[in-house]
Order: sequence, then structure tokens, then C-alpha cells
Amino acid sequence: MSTNNPRDMQRELRSYVIGFVSAILLTAAAFGTIGLRLVPSGWVLLVLGGLALAQMVVHFRYFLHIDLKKSHRDDLQLILFTGVILLLMVGGTIWISISQHARM
Amino acid sequence: MSAAKLLHPGLNIGSADPEAHRQAGPVMFGFWVFLMSDLVLFALLLATYSAMTRHGTAGGPTPADITDLKSAAIETALLLTSSFTFGMASLALKYREDTGRLFAWLAVTALLGLGFLGLEAMDFAKLAGEGAVPQRSGFLSAHFTLLGMHFLHVAAGLAWMAVVAVQLAMWGLCRAVRLRIMRLALFWHMLDIVWIALFSFVFLAGAGS
Repeated sequence: MSTNNPRDMQRELRSYVIGFVSAILLTAAAFGTIGLRLVPSGWVLLVLGGLALAQMVVHFRYFLHIDLKKSHRDDLQLILFTGVILLLMVGGTIWISISQHARM
Repeated sequence: MSAAKLLHPGLNIGSADPEAHRQAGPVMFGFWVFLMSDLVLFALLLATYSAMTRHGTAGGPTPADITDLKSAAIETALLLTSSFTFGMASLALKYREDTGRLFAWLAVTALLGLGFLGLEAMDFAKLAGEGAVPQRSGFLSAHFTLLGMHFLHVAAGLAWMAVVAVQLAMWGLCRAVRLRIMRLALFWHMLDIVWIALFSFVFLAGAGS
């Protein structure tokens, strides 16, 4: 039962450490951008959105072990399909409320 | 080495326990479907929130008025670290047979989670003390619903952690308990992903607007 492979463990430990360090850097970048007011207010949402997306990809890749391998294709497709649904619903909601705001 | 093949997202236990690994495929995929539907719930609450920040404040406090960046930073650090420590617990589950190490990492994770809940509860209490209660405006309703939903998820994760800890103590690392801890790991990592969206678009966007 315990066919422990130290090499595998090292590899997976490294994956968590890489994920943790990159997540800290991206979080620090996001808080730094706002805390030090590094970007003009018109760019805030765009920069935050970019950093958040990058950090989500890091979490999916290094903490949840989703990658482009064949055996993960089903799950990647499930996640990407959910992404499309989210984009439609969130984007649609924001679009409609902006449009309504403009008419009032 | 078909047993070592990756069958599902999350940490695969593979050759460490081939039989559990074989059973894990459908169980873990089913849990992923639940997680994705949960993500849809959070996304819609966030969309509602973002609409409310623009024209839902009803003359009351705006996002910039109620954002406490320092508290948000500490909460983020706690939750992110707890995601990492749960990763260490998963590695202990996969590679070590001693449950002591697994218990220790789960305990660290639970403490970090409790710290997060405590801080956020203090944030809520502070807001309520300033009169920024959910019924004040549509914006505040959306704020409390969105953050409260995440709060409840983390609390549920902690309760679940307590349950698997008891099961671990009673039955040891049996197959069912292993699979439960693996699903709890997915749940916990997903809550951290949701938190990325929350600290970016609720706290940071609120302070930066």
C-alpha cells in the first residue's frame, strides 16, 4: 500500500510552494497597486481584473492541479464552460445595468 | 502504471492507494460539478454587488467609505496561508501513513480559518456599529449577502474539517475518510479562489474607486 515515492513527493511539494509564492506576489501586487495608488482610477478595475485572473489560474494550476494533460481534459472543459456561463451572466448583468443607468 | 495515471483534478493519490484512487474518479468529478455550480452562485452575487455599488447606495455609505484595506490584507494572508497548509495536509494524506502529521496540518488550517472568520465577524460588527447595516441600502444588502455567503462557506468548511477529524480519530485513514478529505481539499482551495475575486473587486476596487 505504501509505495511512497520520494521524488513524486518532492515534485508535488514544489508545486504547492511555487503556487504559494506566486499567489503571494500577485496578491502583494494587487494590494500595492491600490495602497500606493500606482495607476489612475480609470485603470484600476482593468489592472485588478488582470491580476485576479492570473492568480486564479495559479490557484487552479498549482493548488487544484488542473493542467493541459489529456486526463484532465474533461475537468478543464467543465471549468472553461463554467467560465463561459459566468462571463455571459456577469457580463450581461453589468451591460444591462450600465445601459439602464444611461437611460435614467 | 495505470494506477499512477491522473484520474481527476486535485491531488491524485495514485500508487499510494490504488484502490481508493480508482474509486476517486467519479466521486471527485461529481464534487467538481457541485463546486462549479457554487462558483456560479458567487459570480451572480458579485454581479449584483457591482451593479449596486454604482446606483444602490441610497445616499448612505459608499464602497470607499466602508473599505478597511488593512483588515482585508490580513484576512487574505490568513486564507491564502490556510490553502497552502491544506496542501501540506493533502501531501501528508498521500505520502505518509502517520495520521499525526495530517492532524497537525489540518489543525493549522482550521486555526487559520477560524482567525479569518473572527476577523471578518469583527468587520461586520464594526460596520453594524457605524449604522452600515444590510437594510440601510441596496449596496449594503449586496455587500453583506456576498461576504456573508463566503463567510458561511468557510464556516461550513471548518465544520466539515471537524467531522473528518473525528472520523480520522475513530477509523484511521480508511478509504472513505481519505476520499472525504480529498473533497474537502477541493472545497477549501475553491473558497480561496472565490476570495481572490472578493478582495479584488470588493475591497481593492472599493478603496481604489
